[in-house]
Amino acid sequence: MSTVAGSFPGGLVLNGHKKRSTETPIRKTPLSKKLILPLQQHIGAESIPIVSVGDKVLKGQKIAKADGHVSVYLHAPSSGTISAIDEQPIPHPSGLSALCITIETDGLDTWIEHHPIADYTQLSEHDIRQHVREAGIVGLGGAGFPSFIKLNPGVHHHVETLIINGVECEPYITCDDMLMRERADGILDGIEIINFALRVKHCVIAIEDNKPKAISTMELALAARPELIDTTIMAVPTRYPAGSEKQLIQVVTGKQVPSHGLPIDIGIVCHNVGTAYAIGRAIKHGEPLISRIVTVTGTDVKHAGNFETLFGTPMHELLAFCETTREPNAPFILGGPMMGYNLSGDNLPVTKTANCILVGVDAAAPAEKPLPCIRCGECATACPASLLPQQLYWYARDKDLEKTRQYNLFDCIECGCCSYVCPSKIPLVHYFRFAKTETMNQQLEAAKSDQARIRHENRLARQELEQQEKEERQRQRKLALAASQAAKQKQEQAAQSPSDGSES
Amino acid sequence: MFTAIIAITVMALIFGLLLGFASIRFKVEGDPIADQIDKILPQTQCGQCSFAGCRPYAEAIAAGEADINRCPPGGEATIQALAELLEVEPKPLDEACGVEKPKTLAVIDEDRCIGCTLCIQACPVDAILGSAKHMHTVIASECTGCELCLPPCPVDCIDMVETKQNPNTWRWPDPDHVDIQLGDRS
Repeated sequence: MSTVAGSFPGGLVLNGHKKRSTETPIRKTPLSKKLILPLQQHIGAESIPIVSVGDKVLKGQKIAKADGHVSVYLHAPSSGTISAIDEQPIPHPSGLSALCITIETDGLDTWIEHHPIADYTQLSEHDIRQHVREAGIVGLGGAGFPSFIKLNPGVHHHVETLIINGVECEPYITCDDMLMRERADGILDGIEIINFALRVKHCVIAIEDNKPKAISTMELALAARPELIDTTIMAVPTRYPAGSEKQLIQVVTGKQVPSHGLPIDIGIVCHNVGTAYAIGRAIKHGEPLISRIVTVTGTDVKHAGNFETLFGTPMHELLAFCETTREPNAPFILGGPMMGYNLSGDNLPVTKTANCILVGVDAAAPAEKPLPCIRCGECATACPASLLPQQLYWYARDKDLEKTRQYNLFDCIECGCCSYVCPSKIPLVHYFRFAKTETMNQQLEAAKSDQARIRHENRLARQELEQQEKEERQRQRKLALAASQAAKQKQEQAAQSPSDGSES
Repeated sequence: MFTAIIAITVMALIFGLLLGFASIRFKVEGDPIADQIDKILPQTQCGQCSFAGCRPYAEAIAAGEADINRCPPGGEATIQALAELLEVEPKPLDEACGVEKPKTLAVIDEDRCIGCTLCIQACPVDAILGSAKHMHTVIASECTGCELCLPPCPVDCIDMVETKQNPNTWRWPDPDHVDIQLGDRS
């Protein structure tokens, strides 16, 4: 066990509410008749379907390929027939639809042939990355960034420390906790492979100290692995948001990731415990990522717990399996109470990033109309990224996006601490999300209009060139005509003059 | 007296040379104001402002020959930005130029297209692909929605379709205007 090296500013000590969902072991969600698989369940480009409607697919078969670099493959979570490739509602705060592949399952759950790798040390780092990419693995902590990219430090970087994130700081969520308790060996398999691929000096498994069972299980499993001599477990003090990547790096190493920088810039790579487990399954067992553990909890859930759920399983089936007292169409939260967002419909699929479904929170405060800001400064004290939420709030309200950027809006991790402490109940994070998406959209529009300008200017230049060429051709033709006429005349004259001569 | 005259003449000469040098050394290419205005304009190149594109309109505004409220695709936001840049009062959009509409995209009905190339010649950003007597199609990512391809089409096979929002272009609504409940806090 290693000790913490630093801490982050601000943060909150919250009631975890984790007991409700950790009383029972991980259970399997029953196989759904229909699996709906959005083509984009990760950050980056949407995957491209490689099956068509009517095709029979096996469990674990690839059904969509990666498009470009920042993208991953998608697999059939169970055997069946492709029944549709069309737009379906996806779990997203917008409530919009996106392209999905729908599989009508046959109930047999027949696996495609596995290709486990007995000795991964025979593979090159490149091959490992390729396997991870083809297994469709993305960060399972919630963001969904393609994991293979974080297995590639690049030629200019050297990885000192690998941090395996088992902090799970947000209240109610327990899927990582249960995974560590029940599948510690699987996680260590993954850590071994990540260590090998990144040539890491040492690895720290960070776990919040409110999970003593997970810590002891992981320590026990680690003690049985002499090959993981450079891996240690660190109990991190329970303080939200210690599980956020940049904050965790501060706690574990005492170093700060620079603004606009990445952890790799200071020689650190972070992976979630769930991701490590998935990498282990993919390499050692040849199983692609087709399911995840989802916490279903909240005051309105009768059988709260963690459920290993196939991707694409409609949420209403999962909720029905857990028995909820939720009114039909009543909103529920995807994610935790701090960073999650409300979903109103329940005919939405479970995706790679769905870590928790929260139906009803304890002692929920009734929605209040926000009062004016009294400039108390509580938000700045609570901010774990050392930002000035109050200034950001004024500028976001003013739609002065340039100023919000100057105040480092994009370093905001949307943890919700500022909104939580605000005595006026101002939804600060909502303002920041608004300003962020507004800024990104403006940048997109600006890039598009720049492109249109360039295309228009190119067109004008081309038209001018064509005009010049036309004039040049006309001039040439005139010259040629004049020349041929002159030659003709000369010929005629020449023809006439000898005849003149003969006559004379 | 004499020395004073000489001293001042010499100083005038030095400063004159300095200014002359600076004016050559730090010469600004083009018209920076027109460039800045051009940057704000949406680059649809639609000509609704009665100028032959965004750049000529920008130059006309810079020269004080045109008003800032003649750009319907840019709408309110563009007028605001121009007013801020030029430090003048914003005005409502000149209705003679058109009205602000949601963003659209030209779509060619490929069954009806006869391949006359007239729309290709009209497109200001080369966003239409095709050749004589062959079907044409619009490159969706390049189309600015200027509608200039509509009038020349002899068979009326081009439709303007409103661009749909997808989860990647979706924006969080302004909390000042919409009452949205965030996840309940516990």
